[in-house]
Amino acid sequence: MDAIYLTFIFALSVFLGFELIAKVPATLHTPLMSGSNAISGITVVGAIVAANHGSDSTAIWLGTFAVFLATINVVGGYMVTDRMLGMFKKKQ
Amino acid sequence: MNLPLLINLAYVASAILFILGLKKLSSPATARNGNLLSALGMLIAIIATLASELKLPWGNIVGALILGSLVGAVAAKRVQMTGMPELVALFNGLGGAASLLVGWSALYPAVGVDGLALAQGISTFTSITIVLSILIGGITLTGSMVAYGKLSEKLSSGAIQFPRQQIVNAAIVVAILFSAFMLCLTPSHDSFWLCAILILSLVFGVMIVIPIGGADMPVVIALLNSYSGLAACAAGFVLNNNLLIVAGSLVGTSGIILTNIMCKAMNRSLSNVLFSGFAAAKEST
Repeated sequence: MDAIYLTFIFALSVFLGFELIAKVPATLHTPLMSGSNAISGITVVGAIVAANHGSDSTAIWLGTFAVFLATINVVGGYMVTDRMLGMFKKKQ
Repeated sequence: MNLPLLINLAYVASAILFILGLKKLSSPATARNGNLLSALGMLIAIIATLASELKLPWGNIVGALILGSLVGAVAAKRVQMTGMPELVALFNGLGGAASLLVGWSALYPAVGVDGLALAQGISTFTSITIVLSILIGGITLTGSMVAYGKLSEKLSSGAIQFPRQQIVNAAIVVAILFSAFMLCLTPSHDSFWLCAILILSLVFGVMIVIPIGGADMPVVIALLNSYSGLAACAAGFVLNNNLLIVAGSLVGTSGIILTNIMCKAMNRSLSNVLFSGFAAAKEST
């Protein structure tokens, strides 16, 4: 049942993702790429769970390292996007 | 109210913030707000997850969160404007690496509250998603590293080709499929096939990016960004986490659309960008 339920959510979000972005001016291509890259850092949530659920100390360290890497992606991603968009506004 | 309900409500809120954020990011007037909304969504998601895992090894995780934030913040503050695309590529690679590690760690048996291993085996569905999360994560990691190297001119920015490249790539794909099949038959953290998949996915990430030339790199980064979303999505299936699936597939599919839009802006098709290196090699022979 779990797998079916997750697949259901997956299918709906796939269609939503395809529809979400229709027309993007060329100047926003890089910020949009960078902003959605920061969202893909959501794997930090999975990493926190993984760092907790391992019995083996190796699994805990894998999870902890994953938290570290994903946090760089999240924090750096959002900040660099904000800087890009900030410059973009000044130029106008 | 019970904790799981609150956490799921928080996940719904952050999913909505991600969707609004992406929507606003695609129009110039609202883009900066959109980015802040999606950052808020991420903050809510992280806090909710920390609250749901109250018995977690706090020292490890909080340390990793603080250290990661510092590294990310310093890198984002220090980078020159011209260096931003390659920094995004680097961040993207780290996100892929995190998904790889999450998939990998899921192969170790989970422990119950009493500290005893929960003995049930890994289902076929879960082992397929573990393999996908390792595979896509690994490809994203090395692919993004090569893209970073090319953009920052640490590597030669031109297309790199060698004889029989396509045959080598086809052999790698076959080897990946075979190892994935073998690992799914007997999923285990000390399996030889786990090592095989780890190495092959890392090698394959390099192989798909090296034949692409400098001017096409932004398109490749957009595509790799989409892969890192799909890797997060696969990790969501591994951990039964609906927020990872929603956010991951949103990034995965909107990334593909964005890649397509960027190709169109250059008057080219995606396959033209991805395989033009090979076509050039054929013409020159």
